[in-house]
Amino acid sequence: MSDLRDLYQEVIIDHSRRPRNFGPLPGHNHHAEGFNPLCGDKLTLYLKVVDGIIEEVRFEGAGCAISTASASLMSEALKGKNEAQAEELFARFHALLTEADEKQAANQAESLGKLQVLAGVRDFPARIKCATLAWHTLHAALHDQAAPVSTE
Amino acid sequence: MNALTERPEAVPATFDVMRLRDDFPILERRVHGKPLVYLDNAATSQKPRCVIEREARYYAETNANIHRGIHFLSQEATEAYEAARDSVRRFINAGRREEIVFVRGTTEAINLVAASYGQRIKPGDEILITVMEHHSNIVPWQLLCERSGAILRVASIDDAGELDMASFEQQLGPHTRLVAMTHVSNALGTINPVRKMIDLAHSHGAVVLVDGAQAAPHLEVDVQSLDCDFYAFSGHKLYGPTGVGVLYGKAALLDSMPPWQGGGDMIRQVTFARSTWNDLPYKFEAGTPNIAGGIGLGTAIGYLENIGLDAIAAHERALLRQATARAAAVPGLRLIGTARDKAGILSFVIDDVHAHDVGTILDSEGVAVRTGHHCAMPVMERFGVPATVRASFALYSTPGEVDALFAALAKVREVFG
Repeated sequence: MSDLRDLYQEVIIDHSRRPRNFGPLPGHNHHAEGFNPLCGDKLTLYLKVVDGIIEEVRFEGAGCAISTASASLMSEALKGKNEAQAEELFARFHALLTEADEKQAANQAESLGKLQVLAGVRDFPARIKCATLAWHTLHAALHDQAAPVSTE
Repeated sequence: MNALTERPEAVPATFDVMRLRDDFPILERRVHGKPLVYLDNAATSQKPRCVIEREARYYAETNANIHRGIHFLSQEATEAYEAARDSVRRFINAGRREEIVFVRGTTEAINLVAASYGQRIKPGDEILITVMEHHSNIVPWQLLCERSGAILRVASIDDAGELDMASFEQQLGPHTRLVAMTHVSNALGTINPVRKMIDLAHSHGAVVLVDGAQAAPHLEVDVQSLDCDFYAFSGHKLYGPTGVGVLYGKAALLDSMPPWQGGGDMIRQVTFARSTWNDLPYKFEAGTPNIAGGIGLGTAIGYLENIGLDAIAAHERALLRQATARAAAVPGLRLIGTARDKAGILSFVIDDVHAHDVGTILDSEGVAVRTGHHCAMPVMERFGVPATVRASFALYSTPGEVDALFAALAKVREVFG
């Protein structure tokens, strides 16, 4: 196992303690619920999308440090992106955590900005779904899926 | 029967945990470069060498289908499998071997009763369970209620995680047909006063199923003294193989129940007009069972009987006392489940740190615990927590491992500040 500090980087601890964009979003026009039944992590994601651009992102819920920090970092990264860019970011983030080829995964890191602090999760397979819960929920919100997203 | 006074306090001098550990090959493993500290025994226990070797020997020397072969191996396999049934009967002091039905595990045992006994449940009938049930003792009854129009009632628990006896009594009534409760809570460690609960249920004419998955490995179980109608437990938590478990049922009840799965071995005669059923317990054992698993379970029971359940219980209670005292000194740690009568389960949360993060950090120190809702979401809701960390002890757990758990917990504060 890699060092715990690779997983619990300062930025992650900080975002889990003081999640950004946390709380309800009045006037949102998309939302979805995400649920990780194994851990009991739950989150609700709210989006305000205007002319195809994600103007506001907020989330509520309770989860572990990894899922909370991931949702917080995602909320910062999404602002100003259009839907296609948001989905593309998800694809690259997913590859960062799950791409078998380490080199290819590392290639993703540079383009992910602050999100790359979560790269350490790839060495903790049991925790990958914690890191991706918010993103799966984002996908559901953009597609207005009514049923809660489950990572199982 | 007072459960508290019946259990001896002192660990007998003959109980040598370090010698017993040598029986469990997996305990020699290192995890992430650290000695394995396996404290996830409520999920599944490790297996002693005698069980591993017995299963292997069955496949190497005896493997054949049972109950149907005229040839030598089939008879030998049948004898070994049926001897395991006798071991189970003795282990829980059932009156007759016909009362021991082999199943896949506790979950299947409960589903069998819900499917078969459940056929006599009618609209308006009531089934009573408790808040502290495992999902496997909730969902089969919910499904039965949906099928039958019966009503599911739930007895509450208090802040210590003990059953609220007043709530239990209050919800028993003229419509209560079945009461299902756990003997020992998997999420809280609470040992329920099952004898008293069974008597109360019987006084209302209800039949009682006891989920013994967490009890059978840690307490002496005597189904005749309990007077329960059904008792269910799993082999894999009892130092035996996975995929085998036991449903005990009173013979008269089992006899009056329809089969739940049809197939080979459960019939006496089959024609296209109609079929007739085999005797107990085979009526409930359709198809080729987990023969090796059943035989391995018999071996595990023999192993436990040699050590003595009382000695094991006393040993685990001493570990629980040590761990509970240590937990009180950890800042921000809150125990979930502080019943007066508890089995060796320490469930807790740490302020500001999610159970899953605690689990990852403990794992990095070689300490295996369960984190999550423990398939008991209503218990989590009752205590207002999304998840807990659960350390659970077994006969091979040591005071040094309790120390290792708390040393690893100190690491949580290092990471999270």
